[in-house]
Amino acid sequence: MFDTLTDRFDGIFSRIRGRGKLSEADVDETMREIRLALLEADVNLDVVKSIVGRIRERAVGEELSGALNPAQQIIKIVLEELTASLGGEAMKISYASKPPTVVLMAGLQGAGKTTNTGKLAAWFKKQGRNPLLVGADLQRPAAVEQLRTLGEQVGVPVFSEPTDPVDVAGKAIAEATRTGRDVVIVDTAGRLAIDAELMEQVRQISNAVNPDYTFLVIDAMTGQDAVTTARSFNETLELDGVILTKLDGDARGGAALSVKEVVGKPIAFASTGEKLDEFETFYPERLASRILGMGDVESLIEKAEEVFEKEEAEEAAARLMEGTFTLEDFLGQMQQIKKMGPLGNLMGMMPGLPKEARDVEIDDRQINRIEGVIHSMTPAERINPDVIDASRRQRIASGCGQSPADVKNLIDQFSQMRKMMKQFAGFGTKKMNPKQRQKAKGKKGKKGGRHKQGGGRVTEKGPAKVPKMPLSLPGLDDGEGFPGLS
Amino acid sequence: MLFALIIAIAALVIIGASFVVLRRDRNEGLVIDRDADTPEIVDIGDVALDAATDAHVETAPAPKPTFRDRLATARSSLSGFLGGVFSGGINADTWESLEEALIRADIGVGASTEIMEAVKAKAEADGITESENLVALVKSELVERLSGFDRTLSSDVAAAGGEPGPAVWLFVGVNGVGKTTTIGKLASRETADGKSLVLAAGDTFRAAAAEQLTMWAERSNVHIVRGAEGADPSSVVFDAVESANARNADLVLADTAGRLQTKTNLMEELSKVRRVAEKGAGTVTETLLVIDATTGQNGMSQAKQFADAVDVTGVVLTKLDGSAKGGIVVAIHSELGVPVKLVGLGEGINDLVEFDETEFVDALFE
Repeated sequence: MFDTLTDRFDGIFSRIRGRGKLSEADVDETMREIRLALLEADVNLDVVKSIVGRIRERAVGEELSGALNPAQQIIKIVLEELTASLGGEAMKISYASKPPTVVLMAGLQGAGKTTNTGKLAAWFKKQGRNPLLVGADLQRPAAVEQLRTLGEQVGVPVFSEPTDPVDVAGKAIAEATRTGRDVVIVDTAGRLAIDAELMEQVRQISNAVNPDYTFLVIDAMTGQDAVTTARSFNETLELDGVILTKLDGDARGGAALSVKEVVGKPIAFASTGEKLDEFETFYPERLASRILGMGDVESLIEKAEEVFEKEEAEEAAARLMEGTFTLEDFLGQMQQIKKMGPLGNLMGMMPGLPKEARDVEIDDRQINRIEGVIHSMTPAERINPDVIDASRRQRIASGCGQSPADVKNLIDQFSQMRKMMKQFAGFGTKKMNPKQRQKAKGKKGKKGGRHKQGGGRVTEKGPAKVPKMPLSLPGLDDGEGFPGLS
Repeated sequence: MLFALIIAIAALVIIGASFVVLRRDRNEGLVIDRDADTPEIVDIGDVALDAATDAHVETAPAPKPTFRDRLATARSSLSGFLGGVFSGGINADTWESLEEALIRADIGVGASTEIMEAVKAKAEADGITESENLVALVKSELVERLSGFDRTLSSDVAAAGGEPGPAVWLFVGVNGVGKTTTIGKLASRETADGKSLVLAAGDTFRAAAAEQLTMWAERSNVHIVRGAEGADPSSVVFDAVESANARNADLVLADTAGRLQTKTNLMEELSKVRRVAEKGAGTVTETLLVIDATTGQNGMSQAKQFADAVDVTGVVLTKLDGSAKGGIVVAIHSELGVPVKLVGLGEGINDLVEFDETEFVDALFE
C-alpha cells in the first residue's frame, strides 16, 4: 500500500546518478513506473496514456538542474502535470440574477448524492443563502425521508411529494419563489449511465428546472468505469462540475483525474467525512500527491484534528521540544493517536518517510504493551523514570507481565527519543545546510528530523506560520516544501 | 521496532499539535458526532408483523433471471473491449490489448501481470499462434482462479459451532454499496424459500436507513427490529436475535451502517456488533461484505480491513448491471480466499443472483 513513486524511482535513478541528462531508456523505465502508480490509483487507462505522454515530452532531454536529483526532478514534473490536469480554473459559484439559483445533483447509486445534497445546503447556508432542498429521488425507499432528516439537521426546508420526479422538480421552483428561497438543490435518484430510460428522466428533470449548476457526484473509490459514467452524464446533462465523495478513506482517488480529463469540468467540492460540515472546496495539489501515494499530510492533519485536544496537544508538543515530556504525557498522547487509526496507516501518510521506515511492520499491539508498562508505574515514576531502580523495575515488570529488560528497554528508548526531540527543537529556527541535515538524520534516526521545523515554530513563534515552513522532506530535499501545503 | 514506534508517536504528536492549533476554529456548527455517546434504544417498532408465512403467495411471480440473462440486457449497448484486435497472429499488440482489457475491468495491474504471465507460459507450451485462442486461454486462466470456492450461503447453526437458535447473516461494507437493498432483496428470496426471517435495522447512523429497510420488510412481509437513530447497533442486532429466537425464526439478516475501512473506531464497533450477535441465542453463519462493482483498487483494502475486523465469509458484488466489471473480486478471491456469493444486477426484488465464474469472466470481455 505504501509503495510510493519515490521508492520506485530510487532504484532506477541510483543507476544513472551523476549523468547530466536522462536517456531515452531511463525515461522509458521511469514512465512505466508512473503508469503503474497511476493505474493503481484507479486513473483510467486512456487517461494514464495521455498524461504519461505529456510527462514524457517534458522529461525527455530535460536538463538536470544541480539542485534536484533526477528522481526529484521527474516527480516534480509529474506532480505539476497532475495538478494542472486536476486543477485548471477553480469553480466559482455565482448566483442567478433572478433567483432562485438552481443546482441539480446526479450520479450513480450510492455515490452519496443525498448526503451531499444536505452538505451542499449547509455550505450555501454558510454563504448566507436560503436553500430549499428538493427530494426528486422517488425511487430508493426512504430517500426523501433521508433528505428530510438532513434538512432538519441543516435547518433547511425540504420539498417533495410522492408523484413524479419531473413534476416535483418543476413545482419546487415555484415553491422556492413563493417562499423566498434563493437556492434550490435538487436531489435525484441514482441511475446507471447505461440505463437509457432513467437517463432520459434526469434529462427531463433538468429541462423542467433549467439548472444553473449540474453536479456529478462521484465516489473517490470508483475504478476504471468512472470515465464511462462521466461521459454519459455529461452527454445527457452538460455537467458544470464534479463533487468527489468519500475522500476520507484510503482510496487514492484517481477517478477524479479521469473524470476531469474526460469531461473537462472542474472538481468543485470534495466530501471528506461523514459530518455535514466535512465538505469543502477542492484542492488539486492535495489530490495529486495522494494519487501518487506520496503521503498525505493533509489527511494526517485532519485525523489529528479529530482526536487531539487543542491545548493538550499544544502543551505536549511544547514539552517534547523542551525535553520535559514525561511518560505520563506520552501515555496520554499515545491514547489519542490510537484513535487516529492503525499506526501503520499513519506512517504511510507521513510524506517522505524513507522506505525502511515505512516497511517496518508496525504491530499495534506493541502500543498496548507500552501502555501496559507505563500503567504499571507510579505517577512519580512516570514523571521521573530515573528513580526506577532494579527493585522498582521488577515490580513494574510483574505488574505488566513483561520482563524487567523490556521495562528497561522502554525507559531507555524513551529518554533517547526525548533527547533527540530536544535537539531537533534546537535546530528549529535556523535552516540547516544539507550536510548538517544529513548528519543529523544519520545520527538521530529517521523520523524526527522532518517535523522539527514545524514543531519548533509551535513554541517559538506561534503556530500561524507553520504552513509556510518547508517541512523538509527527504523526497523533496530541496526545500520546495510539500505541495499540499503550498 | 520499539524505538521506531516511540519516535513515530512523538512525531505524530508534533504534527498533530502544530496543525490542530491552526485549524481547530473552523465552524463547529453542523456537527453530528458519530462517536458521541449514543442514546439507548428508544423503541423497537414492530412493523410488518407475524404474517411472514403468508409471504409465499406474494413472491412467487416472475422467474428468477440468471446471471447471463441479466448481463446480456444490461450490456447489449456496450461495445466490446477487444474489438478487432483479435484476429490473425499474436504480436506485441495482442498481448498489450489483452492486458489492457484486464486493467480496464479493474482487475488491477498486479493481478493482470500475473495472469498474463501464466497465459504466456501456457501459450508457449501449447504452441498457440492464433490470437482468438489466446482469449480463450485468458478466460480459462481467470475461471481457474475463481474456481473451487464454496459459494453457498449457510444457515447451518450447528456447522458453525453454535447452539440451536437463529442463524445470523451480517452485512458489512463501505457507504453506498447497497447493503440495505441487498438485505431487502434477500429477505424476499429467503422467505420465498420458506425461511422465517427477522430483519435487524443495524444502520442507526445514516438518516432514514431504518425507514428504507422497513419498506423492504413491508414488501416481503417480514418482521423488523429497529432502534432509534443513533442507538447502539449492537443492541439492535441483539434485540433482533432475541426477537427471532422468541418467534422461532430461522434467520436474522442484520444491516449495519456503511463505514470506510480506515475508521478504526467504526471497525471496532463492527467487531462488537458481530460479537454481540452471538451473545444470546444467535450464531453468525455468514458475514457478507458488500462491494460495489464500480469500485477500483480500493476494493482490496476494503476486503482486507473488513476481513480483519469481522471475519468475512463471502462477498456480495452489487451494481454489476452497469458498465463496471467488478474485476477487483478476482484479486480478492486469490489473495484473501474470500468468494463472491451473490451478485446484484438491478433494483428489482429479483435482481439478486448466484455468482457464476464462467459468466462473470465472459462478461469481463464483452
